Amino acid sequence: MTTVTEAPPLAPAPETKPPRQARKRGRWTPYWLLLPGLLWLVVFFALPVIYQASTSVQTGSLEEGYKVTWHFATYWDALSEYWPQFVRSVLYAASATVLCLLLGYPLAYLIAFRAGRWRNLIMILVIAPFFTSFLIRTLAWKTILADGGPVVDALNTLHVLDVTAWLGWTAGDRVLATPLAVVCGLTYNFLPFMILPLYTSLERIDPRLHEAANDLYAKPSTTFRRVTFPLSMPGVVSGTLLTFIPASGDYINSDLLGSTDTRMVGNVIQSQFLRILDYPTAAALSFILMAAILVIVTLYIRKSGTEDLV
Amino acid sequence: MTFVNWLKRHLVVLAGLFTLAYLLLPNVVVTVFSFNNPKGRFNYTWQEFSTEAWKDPCGVSGLCTSLSLSLQIALWATLGATLLGTMIAFALVRYRFRARGAVNSLIFLPMAMPEVVMAASLLTLFLNMGAQLGFWTILIAHIMFCLSFVVVAVKARVMSMDPRLEQAAQDLYAGPVQTFLRVTLPIAAPGIAAGALLAFALSFDDFIITNFNAGSTVTFPMFVWGSAQRGTPVQVNVIGTAMFVIAVLLVVASLLIGNRRSRQKA
Amino acid sequence: MKTTTDTTAAGNGGDVRLTGISKTYGSFTAVHPLDLTVPQGSFFALLGASGCGKTTTLRMIAGLEEPTAGTVHLGDQDVTALPPYKRPVNTVFQSYALFPHLDIFENVAFGLRRRGIKSVKKQVEEMLELVQLGEQARKKPHQLSGGQQQRVAVARALINHPKVLLLDEPLGALDLKLRRQMQLELKRIQTEVGITFVHVTHDQEEAMTMADTVAVMNAGRVEQLGSPADLYENPRTTFVANFLGTSNFIEAEVDSASGDEIVLKAGGGKLVLPGARNSAPTTTGGKVLLGVRPEKIALTHADDAGGIPAGRNRITGRIADSSFIGVSTQFVVDSPVCSDFEVYVQNVDRDPRLLPGAEVVLHWNPAHTFGLDAAQDIDAGVETVEEEVA
Repeated sequence: MTTVTEAPPLAPAPETKPPRQARKRGRWTPYWLLLPGLLWLVVFFALPVIYQASTSVQTGSLEEGYKVTWHFATYWDALSEYWPQFVRSVLYAASATVLCLLLGYPLAYLIAFRAGRWRNLIMILVIAPFFTSFLIRTLAWKTILADGGPVVDALNTLHVLDVTAWLGWTAGDRVLATPLAVVCGLTYNFLPFMILPLYTSLERIDPRLHEAANDLYAKPSTTFRRVTFPLSMPGVVSGTLLTFIPASGDYINSDLLGSTDTRMVGNVIQSQFLRILDYPTAAALSFILMAAILVIVTLYIRKSGTEDLV
Repeated sequence: MTFVNWLKRHLVVLAGLFTLAYLLLPNVVVTVFSFNNPKGRFNYTWQEFSTEAWKDPCGVSGLCTSLSLSLQIALWATLGATLLGTMIAFALVRYRFRARGAVNSLIFLPMAMPEVVMAASLLTLFLNMGAQLGFWTILIAHIMFCLSFVVVAVKARVMSMDPRLEQAAQDLYAGPVQTFLRVTLPIAAPGIAAGALLAFALSFDDFIITNFNAGSTVTFPMFVWGSAQRGTPVQVNVIGTAMFVIAVLLVVASLLIGNRRSRQKA
Repeated sequence: MKTTTDTTAAGNGGDVRLTGISKTYGSFTAVHPLDLTVPQGSFFALLGASGCGKTTTLRMIAGLEEPTAGTVHLGDQDVTALPPYKRPVNTVFQSYALFPHLDIFENVAFGLRRRGIKSVKKQVEEMLELVQLGEQARKKPHQLSGGQQQRVAVARALINHPKVLLLDEPLGALDLKLRRQMQLELKRIQTEVGITFVHVTHDQEEAMTMADTVAVMNAGRVEQLGSPADLYENPRTTFVANFLGTSNFIEAEVDSASGDEIVLKAGGGKLVLPGARNSAPTTTGGKVLLGVRPEKIALTHADDAGGIPAGRNRITGRIADSSFIGVSTQFVVDSPVCSDFEVYVQNVDRDPRLLPGAEVVLHWNPAHTFGLDAAQDIDAGVETVEEEVA
């Protein structure tokens, strides 16, 4: 056993008393920290939304310029002309969200509880596709679902396409250029956004809770219904939001995998803005979409009682 | 009977693996078709095996230019969003201030809004200001939508940090600057890195917002989009496959190094 | 064995003096104006339940909390306005606060490096030897056990040779057996390095085992200050009497107070209290709380009451409950003057008749009686079940 034999230098002795004021500084620190980032969001996010609101009630033309005339009829015209695209957007996004939940939950559960030493590998495989541009991957579905390809042939042989055609999801013996292809693409694109929050909330569940439930006479299915699923609710809520919101505004899948009959509201906004250059209508459409989503999201959050999403 | 039992036990695993296959199928197709030698402009049906495209990935005009532009934008956007986002996250966790609720909503809203809405609004602003669309407008837009994600990632990490660690540093003669550099920053680093990685991926792969605000500038996703109308060159599949492989290798390597290091120390 | 003496801190230069120090948060007063002097080289404990202001007091000495009023002196130096990183004081934090991204060596070297000392290797190694962790230098904190982490925290603070070492519930996260071991270990280290230790704890046994002087705190004030034995034998408030160990109280009326003996009336009987051990006013007819510790009391079956020597305080009762715990048996006795009287009897000669329901006489040497002011809550400082859980 050694002991300290030499006296090391003492803590520095302060010579003079610093003014008390010195320790009070830092009252303004949070504002300095917030300023640049918030300024960015105000100028390039909030301000544009306000600009857009004003554009939506302007009239005029590209050549003569636009003026605010409080022309609310634009909203009415836009809605009456494009309501099918709105309905389609909500339907497709909702279907994709439900499919993502049904497909994503087992995989998230598998990673959280059953993967063992494969956990890291499966996680990598879930995240890795992100690194290939999503446009390239979405284009690959064109190959997978190609007319006369193996997938479509198999579905034809099993008469699955007869059922989906009867339901109006597909047309004839094609999958490409039908609602099914668009929903399939949306589901594929936003699946990781469902899996990751689900996994995060499932992973937090103590496995002993399953044992406790089993010990208290719960069958595996009851354990899932009464213990696991309720505890994973935060993940379900943020997963569905992260899927539904971007899916409802998406126009890539409809454009690449669909046809003119599967156009969603995103397609309309895009073409109004970038091709037809009818800015008031485009602004009104995008404002309606934003409002609709905020309403749906608020209602959903209220209903599911989860406030801490961020 | 035993098979039914086995199926019951492993139903979750089978369903999970099915989903995994669904997720990876397009990547398999992309890889396979990077060795295709298509007839005509479209690379959607298998013709014959070829390594032509792999030998000359930049052989298509505009492809590698767009790729390098995307990388540049992603780097700068990551840097900007990470810096601004980290500052906001620290302010939110560490300080009390007025209008906290408003600040939180301003950060939450960009994530709760379809991209097409943000893209259209921002374009309205740029048009009104008469801004020249191109590199700078893309960069501004990317920093804007990456910012919130960085805030969330860093905030989570800083919140789980024990405030006593910083007090301990102060107690051990580290002044405010030293405390921040030697203790706060290293401990918050994984959160900041996660935020930066996310920002990079989001920026690099963004199409919708870029499409609205790029003018005639072509990023890699925009190149792919354009080529989808005209016929996708095989080189696009080559780049897609290469990025996938590089990403997987990097992650696996970092995991292996991490494992070995912790085993050596144990 | 050679020990280090800190030459500069010798003499009375190392006293910690708190003068009129207080801390308020809005309308809540965490610490009422407080004067306290901790002599240099002593092992001083601040004892109290959670929320009594003991940690706030400690943090004001460390500089982590700014006092609302009053001053903190280390020796002759006023450090009130100094930030923590300029005070020659170091802290062992609750749950240790070891830097998770640094290994043990770098954790211990942290303070030295911040003060610009280049060659730290020798010192750090010696310090790690002192706490018997020489082998673990290159491990990360999470790879160590709780007890080892605790010793790293002590080493990290001690290596700076502070004038005062502050310990904030340093053993709270350890299990009982390890805690006992670490108590002795800390005491050994303190004797060896001779630095002033100020130790905050809610565990009365821990405070009594380790400290030379204990200050019992309650609701932001120091209730009583003294050596462990003094506090235990002569509590001046019911809080101290109940918080340190267990006390029985009888509400009694002053019959006569002559010289150093006070005679009290309770339930028809008379009890004697030494005047020197009374802190209550003694006007005839006034009320006094008479206290006696459970282990001072002897228990005799009512049939043998004749054999009790004269001159002892005695009361009668009936055994309500008894539990055998090895070295002793603990009885709860119902008596007309006080219900739930606790009596601990050493298991030397066990009387088989002492079973629940048996009529008994409780008797003790009057010298073991203490008197307290009756105008206070008899149950102050009694640990309730909820407090145990928290």
